[in-house]
Formats: sequence, C-alpha cells, structure tokens
Amino acid sequence: MPVRPLSYYRDRYIRFQPSPFCAGCGGGIVLNCFVRAIDELGVPPDKVLCVSGIGCSSWIPSPNFRGDTMHTPHGRALAYATGAKVFNSDLVTVVFTGDGDGAGIGGNHLIHAARRNIDITTILVNNLSYAMTGGQMAPTTLYGKMTATSPYGNPEGPFDLAELAAAAGATYVARWTTYHAAQLTRSIGEALGHGGFSFIEVLSQCPTQQRRLFEMRGPVRHVPSRILEMFSESTYVRGSRPRGSYVYAVPRGAPGESLRAVEGAVEGLGAEARLVDHLAFGRIVRVDAEDLEEAKERLGGLGAVERLVGPREGKLPLGVFVKRERPEFTETLRRLVERKGGGG
Amino acid sequence: MLRPGRHLVMGNVACAEGALRAGCRLFAGYPITPANEIAHHMAAELPRAGGFFLQMEDELASMAAVIGASWAGAKAMTATSGPGFSLMQENIGYAHMTETPCVVVDVQRSGPSTGQSTLPSQQDVYQARYGAHGDYEAVALSPWSVQEMFDLTARAFKLAERLRTPVMLMADGMIGHMREKLVVPEEVEVVDRRGPAGPECTPFGTDDPSLVPEMPRFGDGYSLLVTGSAHRPTGLRDASPEYHRMKVNRMREKILRARDEIADTVAVGLEDAEVAVVSFGASARPSYGAVERARAEGVKAGLLRLRTLWPFPDEEVSRLAEGVDALLVVEMNAGKMVREVERAACGRARVSSVAKIGGVLPTVDEIVKAIGGVA
Repeated sequence: MPVRPLSYYRDRYIRFQPSPFCAGCGGGIVLNCFVRAIDELGVPPDKVLCVSGIGCSSWIPSPNFRGDTMHTPHGRALAYATGAKVFNSDLVTVVFTGDGDGAGIGGNHLIHAARRNIDITTILVNNLSYAMTGGQMAPTTLYGKMTATSPYGNPEGPFDLAELAAAAGATYVARWTTYHAAQLTRSIGEALGHGGFSFIEVLSQCPTQQRRLFEMRGPVRHVPSRILEMFSESTYVRGSRPRGSYVYAVPRGAPGESLRAVEGAVEGLGAEARLVDHLAFGRIVRVDAEDLEEAKERLGGLGAVERLVGPREGKLPLGVFVKRERPEFTETLRRLVERKGGGG
Repeated sequence: MLRPGRHLVMGNVACAEGALRAGCRLFAGYPITPANEIAHHMAAELPRAGGFFLQMEDELASMAAVIGASWAGAKAMTATSGPGFSLMQENIGYAHMTETPCVVVDVQRSGPSTGQSTLPSQQDVYQARYGAHGDYEAVALSPWSVQEMFDLTARAFKLAERLRTPVMLMADGMIGHMREKLVVPEEVEVVDRRGPAGPECTPFGTDDPSLVPEMPRFGDGYSLLVTGSAHRPTGLRDASPEYHRMKVNRMREKILRARDEIADTVAVGLEDAEVAVVSFGASARPSYGAVERARAEGVKAGLLRLRTLWPFPDEEVSRLAEGVDALLVVEMNAGKMVREVERAACGRARVSSVAKIGGVLPTVDEIVKAIGGVA
C-alpha cells in the first residue's frame, strides 16, 4: 500500500474539517481506513453510497465523506441501503453502523441483509455501549460491566457479532480493532471487492464513555492510547501462533499491590512484570519471562494473585472469519428481470 | 400488466396496476391482510416491467427500502394495513423530513392493534395525518371503488413526484377485496420529479414558487447529504432554530400551496340540498344509496365525497356548510373526519355523525334514518 500524506486523502474524500468526534475517538481511524481502502481500489467517490443510522458511528460518513451519504433513522440503515442498491446495483454501497444501531435496534435488518447476501459492505463500529446517548449498556456490553443503565453490573451477556453475521449467512466476515488499522484497511478493501454481503466488526475506543465501562482510573489524556493498547493486549489474530513467553496474574485486591508482590516473587528471574488493561480481566499483571514455568511456580502461591491466566484465555479472536460464495441478491433479481423480459 | 380496456378485478389488483402504469418500478412490502394481493400482483408483474419486488423482514424495512430506492431514482411504493402502517410511521417521518417521493397504501382494517384483520375500517385516517412525530403536512387520498384504486394510485404517484412528498392511499379491506369493473385507459400520465438543472443543486431548498426543490439521484455526482436530522438547504445537519424553521415551514407550505391541486371532491345532488352527507371510501357507497333513497322520499339530500382526505378540503366543506342546514358525516370509525368537518363548517351548519365500528359498513337504512333525523 502506498504511503501518502493525510492531505491527499482529505482533499479527495473528506467534505469537512474538523471532524465532529470527541478527542481520541476511534471514528476517525475507521474513516481513514475506509478512504484509504477505496483509494487503493480506485473506486470513484461519486459511485460510493454511504448509508448510516444513528449514533457516533453513523457520523463517520455523514457528513464527512465526500460522496453520496444517507443518514437514516436508528437501526434502519441496511434496509434503506437495500432499496437503493437493488434499484441501482452500480452503487458501491457501504453501511456504517454501530453496535447499538446495527445489533440492537437494527439487529433484525442485519441478519436479513446477511441472509439475502446483498452486495453491501457493512462496517459495524463496536464501542461496546450506547455512547452518543450517554454510555448505556448495549447488546455488546460484556457481562457484569457497569454502564449508565447497569450501575450494578450488566446482567446480560453480549452478542458475538462476527459469529452472528456468519451464522446469518454473510459471505465475508472479519473482525478488527482500531489498533489494527493496516489490517482493517486491507479487510475493507477485500469486503468492497467481495460480491455479496460483507460484514466487518471494528472494536473502537470511546474515551468519553469507556472510562466507566473499563473502570480506567488515571489521567484522561492516557485513556485513548490505553484502550488501544488494551485492544492489542486482549485480542489475537486467528490462525496466528502465540508470540512471546508470558502469563497474566489476576490481582486479588489492589492491582498496584499485586504488581509489587509479583515483582518481588519473580526477582532475579530476568522477568518483566507490568500492569496492563485487559478486556476480559480489567487491570491485570502481565509477566514476561523466558523461564515461564519457574515464574508460574513462584506466582502460584502468592496471596496477592487470585489466579494465573494463559496468553489466549479470554481474548477475542480477530481476522477474517468467513470468505465464501453464494448467489448475490441483486444479481439474482437482475437475472429474473432478464428472464421475464422486463430488461428492454 | 393488464391491457387497456375492461376487466373484472379485485381492488388490490387495480391498485397494483395503477402503480405499474404510473411508472412504479420498486415495491417493498411485508405480508399482511387485507393488503396481500397488491404484493402478489407486484411480485408477478414487476420483473416483467423491468422492476423489482422486495419482500422485506418487516414494515419498518419495507418503508425504508422504498425511500432508499426513491433516492436511487425509483418510483417506489409499499402497501400494508393498520399494524404495518403503525410500524411504517418512523420511516414515513423520514420521508417527510427528506422530502422523498413515494406512495404508501394502507388497506385499512379494524383496530386498535391486531383488531379484526379481515374486516374493513376507516380508523387510520388520523394516523395518515399525524402518525409520525413532528410537524408536516400529509397528503392522503381515499378511493371508493376498484376503478379508483387504479386511478387514485396513479394520482398518488403523480402528486408524490410533483411535490416530493410521501402520498398515502387510504383504502380499506372492502374496496381492496371487492371485485368490480376496471377500465384500464390507453394512456396513464407518468410524472417525473424535477431533477437538477445543472451541476450545482440545493436539494433541500429552492426559490421556485412551488417550493419543491430539485431532487438529484444517488450516483449522479452530487455528493448528497440526505438526513432525517434538521438540516440546511444543502442537506448539512444543522440543529439551529433558523434552519429548522426554514426547512419545516417550507416543507409544509409547499403542500398547502398545492392544496387546490390536491383537493378532490365529488358532489352528488348538492345543488338544492338541505342535508349534505359527507363521506369517503367504502362508507360513501351506502351514503350514495341513502341520498338517492332520501331524495325519492322527498328529502333534499346530497353527497359530498372526499377523494382527498389530507390536506383536508376546507374550502369545499366550508362552502357546503353555507348552503345547507345540516351536514351528516358517515364513516367507519368512532368519529374522526367529523371533527374536521365541524372545524371547516365552523357553526354555519349543524354537524352530526354516523360513526360505525365493528368492521361492517353503515347500511343505507341507518344512513337514511340519520338523514331523516337531521332534516
């Protein structure tokens, strides 16, 4: 992929500066990946129709993207996009949606668009909550997490959206995070080139609402980068081999004290212990050691450690989950018109 | 498509035929009684006409797909009944806010809720006017025969395209399922929305006296900003009071300015009438019979049949109230349009009502008796 200055993309594809997003938002990264992908493919922005619903994710294309945009009622983007794409299948149709928009109120449209295998690329930006409205729990919020509407912990469990889209019949399914910008860009390109319903879930940071969700204490200015690092820490790419030699220790009590206890226990082993953020375990001690067995032995009996967690435990798989062929909806409809003599 | 000439068909089929003749090339719907035959006919005929039939996952999606298709350049419609019409209101509101031409057919059945799914009613007439939240002017037509299912559906497309607005066809289960003569004309006028005159276009603002802006299509290079949020004439989201007022007022005013073009009433025996029956749709049929019988019995009765419900034909009803002693509003609901008639009559004539629910038409006897009561 060629390296070009930001101004190149801004001048060609972006309608407005500055962006409407909060400082540190992941929306800008997704927009960036999207315009790079269409630039790489050479798709003229005039032929791109971006349809979005309600929520921060829906502001990624509207009004930022300089092409046709349709900003629709909450949850309905895919249904609007379906009508437009069926009538004019030359439109490169992309739906930007969020987890509340696409999987909550719009969940029915999502599974049916996937089932039809209509040639629409859906980019679902998942910030694990309803962020624009004040950080309420969403169908993606992890079990037990605190939000504005689950002040005592989320009593529900989340959807796995990639699995959901795959089960519903999507023919291209991928999941990335805003940390994985290069992979995401490549994936959007693949999805746009795929003739069928493609679905990309992007985990995204929301510094405004996720502090509570992830119980992130400490300076606000560190929050966006901490969330991004957490996305890296708590995910792995499907099919990849685990890198490094490390183990996590779940703190019992205050994480800082747990870290000190761990440091004391592994002293002289040439090991490195540090606190990291983890989607599944919150603030957790990561211990990198060449002699991992010895490190685990020493940490086993520590009072400040609740239990040890392996490198892949509780982590979210990323990558391309599904790539398959099935008859595409608008193509089938067009063949029907030809068969019934309505073409001319 | 039916050939020009005489046919014996169901009202719902006539509706679909009227749409096809008016240029409808995309239908999106969801199964519901008593509107199904419109979808059946569209599913069979649209591919032959080079168009697209979509069965969506619900009525929210049906209305959404219709609006999406309209912006892609299609003359598009959906058809439903009360429960589905309720679900469509969200996106009908969007069609208003984005000034999207489209046609929504409501083959009314009795409610609230699931109600009497196979029986006719006229209970949704306010929903056509006020169903979506916010301020807007609705356009709604009311057919009383199979022929008018054809004619008024075609007219609905004409008005929708001319005014860039959703148009409701408020049919009912009786007219929809009834079979009678339909004459398909040789030619049906196909009206297209006004597209952009040049490379620059303001899709949500205009200096044209019609107040109807030019409407580009997706894919034509206009970098459209279409949004249900308050917006500037360019389409850019802007929640400031000035832009909201400018937008909503122009949108309402464009319909009100076209009121005379939209208003459509049929007068029967009103020249010397002392009692005027005001009715519409299916209930205008026994009203017609009742007026004839009352006349035969020596009562000077007449009928004003409303083929346009919204904008309400204020002037016609107001003029009528000047010349008669009493107005009798006959409808298949608990009394809805009677309030509009009272408002327009403004005390110049007595207004009473035959408001019948239960999924059955008012009978000629009932209406004749009511005419006798007010004469």
